[in-house]
Amino acid sequence: MACCVLISVVGLPRGIWSSPRRLASAVETTQPIPLPSQARVVICGGGIVGTSVAYHLAKLGWTEIVLLEQGRLGAGTTRLCAGIVSVAKPISIECKMADYSNSLYEHLEEETGVKTGYVKTGSLCLAQNQDRFLSLKRLASRLNVMGIPCNVIKPKEVSKLHPLVNIHDLVGALHLPGDAVVSPPDVNHALATAAARHGVQIHERTTVNHVMMEKGHVTAVETDRGAIECEYFVNCAGQVTLYPLRVCTKVSVPLHGCEHFYLLSKPLPEPLQPSTPVVMDMDGRIYVRAWQGGVLSGGFEKNPKPIFTEGRNQLEIQTMQEDWDHFEPMLSALLRRMPELEVCEIQQLVNCPESFTPDMRCLMGETPGVHGYFVLAGMNASGLAFAGGAGKYLAEWMTYGYPTANVWPLDIKRFGNLQSSRTFLRHRVMEVMPLLYNLKVPRWDFQTGRQWMEKHGFERAKYFIPAGKDLLSLDASKTFYKPDWFDIVGAEVKCCKEAVCVIDMSSFTKFELTSTDDQALALLQHLCANDLDVPVGHIVHTGMLNERGGYENDCSVVRVKKNSFFIISPTDQQVHCWSWLKKHMPDDPQLHLEDVSWKYTALNLIGPRAMDVLGELSYVSMTPEHFPSLFCKEMSVGYANGIRVMSMTHTGEPGFMLYIPIEYALHVYNEVMSVGQKYGIRNAGYYALRSLRIEKFFAFWGQDLDPFTTPLECGREFRVKFDTDIDFLGRASLLHQRQEGVSRRFIMLVLEDHDTELDLWPWWGEPIYRNGELCGTTTSSAYSYTLERHVCLDFINRGDYEVDIAGQRYPAKAKLYPFSSLFAQQRRLKDEMELSNFQGK
Amino acid sequence: MPVTSQLFRGFPRAKLWGSSLFPCQRQLPCCPTSHRPTSSQPHSIWPTAMPVRGYRRSPDLHSYNLTPPQVNSILKANEYSFKVPEFDGKNVSSVMGFDSNQLPANAPIEDRRSAATCLQTRGMLLGVFDGHAGCACAQALSERLFYYVAMSLMPHETLCELEAAVEAGRPLSPILQWHKHPNDYFTREAQTMYFNSLRTYWQELIDLSSPGESLGPREALLSAFKRLDSDLSLEAQVGDANSFLHYWVLRVAFSGATACVAHIDGSDLYVANTGDGRAVLGVQEEDGSFSAHTLSNDHNAQNENEVARIQGEHPPSEKKTVVRQDRLLGLLMPFRAFGDVKFKWSIDLQRGVLESGPDQLHDNEHTKFIPPNYHTPPYLTAEPEITHHRLRPQDRFLVLGTDGLWETLHRQEVVRIVGEYLTGVHQRQPLTVGGYHVTLGQMQGLLAERKARASLAFQDQNAATHLIRHAVGNNEFGAVDHETLSKMLSLPEELARMYRDDITIIITQFNPHVVGHQGMWT
Repeated sequence: MACCVLISVVGLPRGIWSSPRRLASAVETTQPIPLPSQARVVICGGGIVGTSVAYHLAKLGWTEIVLLEQGRLGAGTTRLCAGIVSVAKPISIECKMADYSNSLYEHLEEETGVKTGYVKTGSLCLAQNQDRFLSLKRLASRLNVMGIPCNVIKPKEVSKLHPLVNIHDLVGALHLPGDAVVSPPDVNHALATAAARHGVQIHERTTVNHVMMEKGHVTAVETDRGAIECEYFVNCAGQVTLYPLRVCTKVSVPLHGCEHFYLLSKPLPEPLQPSTPVVMDMDGRIYVRAWQGGVLSGGFEKNPKPIFTEGRNQLEIQTMQEDWDHFEPMLSALLRRMPELEVCEIQQLVNCPESFTPDMRCLMGETPGVHGYFVLAGMNASGLAFAGGAGKYLAEWMTYGYPTANVWPLDIKRFGNLQSSRTFLRHRVMEVMPLLYNLKVPRWDFQTGRQWMEKHGFERAKYFIPAGKDLLSLDASKTFYKPDWFDIVGAEVKCCKEAVCVIDMSSFTKFELTSTDDQALALLQHLCANDLDVPVGHIVHTGMLNERGGYENDCSVVRVKKNSFFIISPTDQQVHCWSWLKKHMPDDPQLHLEDVSWKYTALNLIGPRAMDVLGELSYVSMTPEHFPSLFCKEMSVGYANGIRVMSMTHTGEPGFMLYIPIEYALHVYNEVMSVGQKYGIRNAGYYALRSLRIEKFFAFWGQDLDPFTTPLECGREFRVKFDTDIDFLGRASLLHQRQEGVSRRFIMLVLEDHDTELDLWPWWGEPIYRNGELCGTTTSSAYSYTLERHVCLDFINRGDYEVDIAGQRYPAKAKLYPFSSLFAQQRRLKDEMELSNFQGK
Repeated sequence: MPVTSQLFRGFPRAKLWGSSLFPCQRQLPCCPTSHRPTSSQPHSIWPTAMPVRGYRRSPDLHSYNLTPPQVNSILKANEYSFKVPEFDGKNVSSVMGFDSNQLPANAPIEDRRSAATCLQTRGMLLGVFDGHAGCACAQALSERLFYYVAMSLMPHETLCELEAAVEAGRPLSPILQWHKHPNDYFTREAQTMYFNSLRTYWQELIDLSSPGESLGPREALLSAFKRLDSDLSLEAQVGDANSFLHYWVLRVAFSGATACVAHIDGSDLYVANTGDGRAVLGVQEEDGSFSAHTLSNDHNAQNENEVARIQGEHPPSEKKTVVRQDRLLGLLMPFRAFGDVKFKWSIDLQRGVLESGPDQLHDNEHTKFIPPNYHTPPYLTAEPEITHHRLRPQDRFLVLGTDGLWETLHRQEVVRIVGEYLTGVHQRQPLTVGGYHVTLGQMQGLLAERKARASLAFQDQNAATHLIRHAVGNNEFGAVDHETLSKMLSLPEELARMYRDDITIIITQFNPHVVGHQGMWT
């Protein structure tokens, strides 16, 4: 296991960064300082991520922090990384982290006196085609919201900013004047120095072998130089030691290494100025920065080479070689972009392995099941840009219990066991790495291991292609404008509204909480905002809130028996909700929580005729009089028994959810489809569901709701048990907020004056302007087939609204409540016209 | 005319002079009991005389120009690839997989191939079989030989379990996992008989061994080869109540086949060879180039040891007649083979068996033909020569081929073509800048050139197909030439056999992560 110690020494005898790197005085290692026998926090990994965590923890007032590095500080990926700090990242939280890192590095030299090589060069993201240009404009809209300066510029202006760029094939570019370059090992060194000054103990050449646990809490770490007792362990070891650590502790860290290549050139005949902007030519899959008078250029190729599938070993590290044939497409792209470099001499081709995650976002947070074990890893080749911000968020997480921003997209708990197969990871990262520079049109999906779309390892159908349509051409024609599936989804939505549709919702997370006495009720009353002391058979929509009153989970709870509850949560809550419940569960053998996601297939029967279909199959009247809304009954459907039928649809439409024991699923589905034929039943996909729930103003956790949103802000006071005196989690905060009044509000915006056929579509993340001033961003958006308008959901306050889609603003009408009355009217009209039509078919 | 001179290479291809040894092949299709997916009626035409020269002088008479897709569809018709499945993201087998392919010259083809994984013992079996005087013997080998080998390898206990299962009428656990091309033949009618013979064999193995014992691969291969040949011979002598089967066993015994079989288990590679098939190992040298390491000896007149062996086995008076015109008794090219009872049985036995045989046998005048100077049979044996090789990390692949391949390409050339194909661009001699002054432009040019060279190889997804493309389509400069390919492949069936022999190839790729690192995995 100690084999990794020599990595950098063996792999690259000379660092590519020429600046002398002294070690912080605290870590002179000629005579290793003995390890302390106890500490509060042990951080494993002395790369930029580990030192950043140490630095921020120390700044937040933590003491007794020990940082262990198995080799020397910054000897891993940090030493080899390209040193670009850019805010051009795919999601907003990442932009925020990069922006923070940038300002941190900028002032680091001032703070520590250590030279960091920081130069504010700015960067240029080039667009070779209109679609790329659109995606850059959308990025610009998002960055504007965050107050990060950026300009959409013409090709001509590019050549003014950079002397070498060939602009003849460019459509435009995005200029980010704030972006910078640094010398990563020096930043690493500066952070370590600063941390050491705040009392962090740094020990090099110390390998962590094992993390000890007791009752699900971290108690100590075992190193090759002795054990250290500790309360917290932070794994920032990147790809180097994650493998042994995850084996020892059964912590699942889904990441996988890929080789990454970049080229170093000798100085140009006329040396390139250090202040030359960084160029990111994503269509050419390359980045270029100035480096010692020459250039440093790497890229993210289409055919990456995954490595270390079996864990890292000495043999493989020695074979980390340059591979010019592999680099050929990127070299060609470079010379096409900067033809003048042709005469420039090669210094070296560097092979620097990077770690990637299944969804291109880093892994952060406390691991489920092990308290005190934190992870920060899987930087997807942006370690330097993220390290500062990510270190800050993790330190806040450890200090306050949660960061100051919503980091759910980065939370390690978004992954479950399904994504930990090494074969899956190996194949998925081969897809992820090229995606970094791929053009990402709205609703793109990962391809690995799926037929349709994937969520948390489950497959879900997006829509059902009618016979005669070509799936491949549909999949290929993705766009920022009106997509090809528009009419298909339209037909499905219509069917949901006028007849009946079946949607497979099996991916939803399903738990069963049972107890011998009323422990289960007590636990749920404590965790849930809504009152769960309801008669058996009732369904309660409720949030599980944190101390701040924000949504940790938004779920539906069914009281199946007096002391038995069935909890249905969104798909990606599987790990998060489990650990949230476990964390608050008393250690009581009589209280039992079981994950039954695998035991039930969920079919959603949506539409006015759902009750007819179900009635025919069960010989029980399913009309609202006999089966009112939000009820659950166990009944037989077809030949199958023990099916939980619930009168809810997650969309606001009439209909039922069927929770079917998995072995009967096919039978029930076939029965439903054959009986349903005369009612015009058809399959529908998730896009239809999405359109339905958005026009009905249903917020979804993970998209619209997050740990910083309270029920009051999204108009869900009626789901909070203020009228009882039960003290549930978050009650105090909510009461306080009710008194103070809410400062933001979840609303629905209906776009006016927006041409569905010709204008760009809103997808999500578009800024909203009120009276010309920025006031929020959209959280989800869909076309309402009923309103024949686009509908966006978002948080803001009152005024005249405009939604900014890639720089163009469209007026919008804000609504606080769903258009129920409007629906009723329209439906009556349509009913008369179209139902007759429908039955004729 | 380069094409003509190229075509001349294939002049005397028939392995056996004259067609006399194969009874009545004109009356019946070659494999009446075989299940063949193609609907074309096989009509067996054995070259009865020396080809007429005039035919070969005007090859363009018969050359239809094939388009590249047509050429590809002919070359790829029989290709097959097997990849050893990965387990949890890694392949723990010493074999990564194999590519195989066949190109017929005879109609129908007389070569056969087999590949299977042993399920009761470890290891993988691969073999090529080159039939002569019909395909019956090669067909029987391709179906039966691996079962004999697998049985021989089994420890006493497994054999006992097997016998107990048969005795009790329980289903047998599978012995081999076959990796077959859908076109590979299968003789359904004979399966019961095959099984009974096999069972007798394992019962004897049980009697001869004691608990805890099993044969080593060398002894197992030797025993299996000899046993199967003696079973072929015995079945023909005993005959069968079913006249159809009776006819079939006679055809198997009176035709012949060579066999070249490899058994790979971890780093141990055993090659058992009978006849003129060949096993060649592709070894990658430190400089990245490939060299050939032959693991088998050809059993034919070019092998002095074989000539000496045969001459030594017969009285000195026969010294001049036993090998004539580089052929055994002036007739047979391979000096070791399965079947071919014409060279093994006494004259009396041959006559006796033929007389009691089905009527079809008597219609042919050649039935009673006895090789000239036939004094001290047997002249032929199926005993294999066995080579053991311990795989090293530099051993990259193994090429098993029938003589159709080795006649057209030198083994060094074979290994070079396969090696360059398999390593592709990625593992080809990597470029390093070293201390040289190389500009980006120069590097780009160099890489573009390498890429262009590599893309040629990407036409084939199968290394064996790629090799056949070279074997058939190489012009005098050693490069694949579409015109040559098109001409060779468009020859009419009756002519094809004069220019080339059936070609069968299996290329097995070793797993460099496992080979030579056994300690890590076991």
